[in-house]
Amino acid sequence: MDNVIATHPHTHETAVPAEHEHVVLPQHRHHFETEEQQREAGSFGMWLFLLTEIMFFGGMFFAYLLYRNWYYPAFTVASNQLNVPEGAANTAILITSGFFMALGVWAAEVRKKGLLVVMLILTTLFGVAFLGVKADEYHEKYEKHHIPGASFSTAMFTNPAAYGLKEEPLAPDMAEHTQIFFFLYFAMTGMHALHMIIGIVILFWLTWRAHRGEFSAGYVAPIENFGLYWHFVDIVWLFLFPLLYLINRHPLK
Amino acid sequence: MSTSVPTLHTIVSLPDQSTATLPKKHYINNEHGLLSWLLTGDHKRIAMLYLISITFFFFIGGAFAGLIRLELLTPQSDLVAADTYNKFFTMHGIIMIFLFLVPSVPATLGNFLIPIMLGAKDLAFPKINLLSWYLYLIGGTLTLAALVLGGVDTGWTFTTPLSTHYLNTHVLTAATAIFIAGFSSIFTGLNFIVTIHRMRAPGMTWFRMPLFVWSNYAASILMVLGTPVLAIAIVLVALERLVGIGVFDPAKGGDPLLFQHLFWFYSHPAVYIMILPGMGVISEVISTFSRKRVFGYTAVAFSSVAIALFGFFVWAHHMFIMGVSNYSALVFSLLTMLVAVPSAIKIFNWAFTLQKGSITFETPMLYAFGFMGLFTIGGLTGVFLGSLGMDIHLTETYFIVAHFHFVMVGGMLMAFLSGIHFWWPKMTGRMYPESLSKLAAVVTFIGFNLTFLPQFILGYLGMPRRYAAYPPEYQVLNVLSTAGATVLGVGYMLPLLYLGWSLKYGAIAGNNPWQATGLEWQIQSPPLTENFIETPIVDYEAYDYEWLEKKQREEVTTVG
Repeated sequence: MDNVIATHPHTHETAVPAEHEHVVLPQHRHHFETEEQQREAGSFGMWLFLLTEIMFFGGMFFAYLLYRNWYYPAFTVASNQLNVPEGAANTAILITSGFFMALGVWAAEVRKKGLLVVMLILTTLFGVAFLGVKADEYHEKYEKHHIPGASFSTAMFTNPAAYGLKEEPLAPDMAEHTQIFFFLYFAMTGMHALHMIIGIVILFWLTWRAHRGEFSAGYVAPIENFGLYWHFVDIVWLFLFPLLYLINRHPLK
Repeated sequence: MSTSVPTLHTIVSLPDQSTATLPKKHYINNEHGLLSWLLTGDHKRIAMLYLISITFFFFIGGAFAGLIRLELLTPQSDLVAADTYNKFFTMHGIIMIFLFLVPSVPATLGNFLIPIMLGAKDLAFPKINLLSWYLYLIGGTLTLAALVLGGVDTGWTFTTPLSTHYLNTHVLTAATAIFIAGFSSIFTGLNFIVTIHRMRAPGMTWFRMPLFVWSNYAASILMVLGTPVLAIAIVLVALERLVGIGVFDPAKGGDPLLFQHLFWFYSHPAVYIMILPGMGVISEVISTFSRKRVFGYTAVAFSSVAIALFGFFVWAHHMFIMGVSNYSALVFSLLTMLVAVPSAIKIFNWAFTLQKGSITFETPMLYAFGFMGLFTIGGLTGVFLGSLGMDIHLTETYFIVAHFHFVMVGGMLMAFLSGIHFWWPKMTGRMYPESLSKLAAVVTFIGFNLTFLPQFILGYLGMPRRYAAYPPEYQVLNVLSTAGATVLGVGYMLPLLYLGWSLKYGAIAGNNPWQATGLEWQIQSPPLTENFIETPIVDYEAYDYEWLEKKQREEVTTVG
């Protein structure tokens, strides 16, 4: 086995000190020929993973497309019950979080350890803020009996006048279909929130590693790849917000 | 590439194995202890772990097949009650599809061979590779839990609203199992794609890759793009059962057909996930034992990609009788016919590879011949089923059961066994007993035909699938089928026994017992942990037997 190691071009023993731009990183894995190959493989893997995520969310977007076409009246009045100001605020919060993440990637690339840690913490804070607003919205749905299941109530849609709403009342069977809208709302935003929570857990871990200085010596792949994931979660929300909240801003009639 | 000297003769005489020795150091004895296996990042060790686990599940799934055939020996449902029978075929389907066929060739042979065939030291993400084995184990354990707790009776398709509203069995446990096993398959596919794109050795261009790599690449695309859709479909079924969200419930305005669309969007491509890697094995085996380059290499390579591509646009042919519109049925019928074209390209090209080749009949070749015949029958009956009129008569009968068993068992399982025999010397360093294994190949072929040919007739006569009882006039054919299943069972037990035996007592194989051209045959068997002593530089095409001959001539001269 000794000769196997010796012929490897990038181990500590054989790395030529004169190639100062070619210092071997401790994170270099032995089965990659070069660090460039390792970095490319990592980011390519991340893009592929995001592709699987698109297909995963795609199933729900497909269901949304189908039912929105079938039950358009139910979807519009149900959509009007979503909290647009909170949704809009959340959009801004998430974009801000993504902005700090992008700055964090830059900070890692220019090897500014302190800046990177600050950016990761800011990214986390805005992510948590998003989840807080989301929780408030979910609570509002709970109070209005808009959570699908046994306690779901269509009263607000069959008799909107009683709730001070200026909507046209829906026939009971169409009103029943608002439950599908709210299910899709909870499934899609819930799955999105789950991705946020996973992201925040990873952010804690990355912040700790950044604090230890792991990403300050040229090894930035985890930060870059997590950045891709975090921006992907952003983009999913940028589709969810208009589809769920804004579909009746310009009614067909 | 080739020299001007015409080399008309090919290597037919295999090397003398009596002089072969086992290398001192290889991936099996590199580290010792159970933990060195359970925490390994070595793709070869993970492949062996997979091989052990999928064999375990294969025999459990096989036991259920035996029970199904035993029940169908008589027209009445006398061995078990009808609902127990439902659990039998459900467990058979779930285990065989998600725990055996999907990971069979990619996770074992693919895992072992793809990095070596590319000239790499390992897959791009060894830890994710190990993770995918653990996910597989968790999925498998949950499936066994569902089985032990009382079983599932939805059929492997989890059809709504049956699975969401009418059954009170362990649907959630089984669904979770499939969800988790699905991620195992996603990670395998992801690992393969990244490895094939980024880890090829110098000189290993796309069109120098062995066709085994091409077909696994195509299957990986399907795994990565299809499996997440199955995952979300299963999540929705689980939510529907748990909280009654109504997305598949017609009473609340939901559409059960939506589930069918989501499910078959994965599960149709899944049959190509199962068969494509098997086709890759056949390309390698046919070429090696004909001592000829695969005829129309480029066409065979692209046909794999074409199958993957077309495979995504035929899913609704599972739903012709479920009330989809006539127009979409027509389009999906046409697309289904299209997918037969690349499959036929492969069969014709293998046939032309055989033509004027120096053919020998080693065990892998026997299995490969079995594959070619049985897959052709399975594929052509698929064209029957793709025709709208025929489908209405034949769907949900034993015809369809026979059709997919011809493709999956007659095709894929034959290919799997062919590959296992072919690369066994490379994986273990030892040969299997040749005459016994030839016997097993023949027994499998006979048993298979006896089991499933009668089912074509039964289906054509109208015997529906998934019933424990049937009219007495179908008994003769059912008895034939059950008898065949017994023979088939013997055919599958034999390799288990003699391959296990050969681990210790088999003849030592040497580096290249088949005189094959692939990179994996140019290194020691079993390989070193890092596969190559130094990174190979590839300067010859795949299946270049003249290159191999020249190389060996030169080796002899230097030694002499």
